[in-house]
Amino acid sequence: MRNTFSKALYECATEDPSIYIVVADISPAGSMAEFQKDHPDRFINVGVAEQVMIGMAAGLALKGCQPFAYTIATFTLYRPFEMVRDDLCYQNLPVTIVGMGSGVIYSTLGGTHHTMEDIAVASAIPNMRVIAPCDPLECIEATRYCAKQKDGPIYLRIGKAGEPNLTENAVDPWEFGKIRYLQKGADVCILSHGVIMKQAVEVARELEAKGKSVSIVSCHTVKPLDRPGIEAALSNHGEVLVVEEHVPEGGLASRVKQIAWDIQAKCKLHTFTLQDEFIHNYGNHDDLLAAHGISVPAILKAVG
Amino acid sequence: MLDRRNSYDAAAAKARCKAHRKAILDMTQRVTALHVGGAFSATEAVDCIYYDLMRPNAEGKVFGEGAPDTFLMSKGHGYMIQAIILNGLGIMSDEILNGYCTPGGLIGVHPDYGVPGIEASTGALGHGLSMAMGMAYAVKTQGKDGVVYTVLSDGEVQEGSTWEAVLIASSRGVNNLVAMIDNNNMQSLGFTNETHPSFYPVVDKFVAFGWEAVEVDGHDSQAIYDAVMNRKGDKPFVINLKTTKGKGVSYMESVPMWHYRSPNPEEYAQAIREIDEA
Repeated sequence: MRNTFSKALYECATEDPSIYIVVADISPAGSMAEFQKDHPDRFINVGVAEQVMIGMAAGLALKGCQPFAYTIATFTLYRPFEMVRDDLCYQNLPVTIVGMGSGVIYSTLGGTHHTMEDIAVASAIPNMRVIAPCDPLECIEATRYCAKQKDGPIYLRIGKAGEPNLTENAVDPWEFGKIRYLQKGADVCILSHGVIMKQAVEVARELEAKGKSVSIVSCHTVKPLDRPGIEAALSNHGEVLVVEEHVPEGGLASRVKQIAWDIQAKCKLHTFTLQDEFIHNYGNHDDLLAAHGISVPAILKAVG
Repeated sequence: MLDRRNSYDAAAAKARCKAHRKAILDMTQRVTALHVGGAFSATEAVDCIYYDLMRPNAEGKVFGEGAPDTFLMSKGHGYMIQAIILNGLGIMSDEILNGYCTPGGLIGVHPDYGVPGIEASTGALGHGLSMAMGMAYAVKTQGKDGVVYTVLSDGEVQEGSTWEAVLIASSRGVNNLVAMIDNNNMQSLGFTNETHPSFYPVVDKFVAFGWEAVEVDGHDSQAIYDAVMNRKGDKPFVINLKTTKGKGVSYMESVPMWHYRSPNPEEYAQAIREIDEA
């Protein structure tokens, strides 16, 4: 997904000279190297210095630029948190901070490289919006949106590498602030966002094999969440699953539960999230997710 | 840049700074919780930037459409002197200034982006230099002729984020950035040279980080002006301003409680008298 992001941003920046990218010593994978070569003035590597990455992006935006700040998710959001809050959100500047390798994708690098609670942290700040594309195609749409919008800051939570495309045949187009049906069914609805959508789709296939009719929904805009869309999903299905690579508090799962209570939803509601725990497991991404209790068999077992 | 060195009017600067200090003291009698000490130590620097260094637009204003230069108050707690000067320049209305720290007012203790004349929200320390550097870099790469001025506190120079900005500013050749450190050697919890002996020397540190750096008396307006006008201009530029917190009022000078206290009526009268007689 990072290469897809880089390519999409490079294309946007080629058309729009106001687009700048400030990176903090991230490897120039894919088109990022081309960006650096073709637009050296607009590619700024501040080094391992995330606070100035955000502060400088704010300064650029204050002078009319459309900046992106880009590095590994934890260093985009956590390290320079006060700059994100004060410089970007308090001043409501159109800066996109891109968190790459979000969730527990960097499984073997350990907890210092995981963002398990980033959606809660980012969503808690007034003016901040949060987008988590589920596949490279959505990442292109989201990047283009971020490159054009002037409304304020966005946390763009993306994956890393090797994610399959899942949305070629989606029912709905990608639209900021709207949930998106990848397919529509009648019995079960799976709500998800981000790269864990791959597991959600596998769960759907298994349920379909058992004769269930399944909706799959990308909740790519986690903030502002499409409340009417979530309400309809809760009302129109007998069973709703939330599958999310995030701790239980403050992400999609807890928001959906709130909405379900508010509307006194009648459906069964299951949520599958990371545990509220730092788990030491140095296998691959799927291994660590499984250690947190998120795997296709675990979900199927719980749903029954 | 327009060279106004020959027409520099030191007497006018001195008169203005007296008036600014008295205007701040007047405000202390209407509302409390003012950072008087820090405003007084930065008075000459901020006055010099607005009145003598920033170039005006066609309407004669240093803020707004066509004004090439930018000032960002990194030490947000020095806002009082900035607000008084913006008001004097006709950029911030009386109505806004008089609403200071009132329920319906537009301005509080620290600068807020969006208020006329305010280029960035500050108050949390260690943010301003990064933003000023980003602004200067933007202006430069947009092919415009503009200088970004900022005033930092000495306390801010202890923030790691400040040094991140110092490093990248020189690495990227941001030579249209002019920073001034209002070095009054005082912080909330004591004197800087006592708590942080290694804080000094300041100028050498900036030079080592690739900046052009000088030190002048921060209450000598002409010295500040000359230092900026005489800079080489091929690197980011910093002046370590040797200042006195509470400058101009004997009982405030270098006394920690005047970081945030307002004078009572007797103290106010004495302060006005001292400034008038100086």
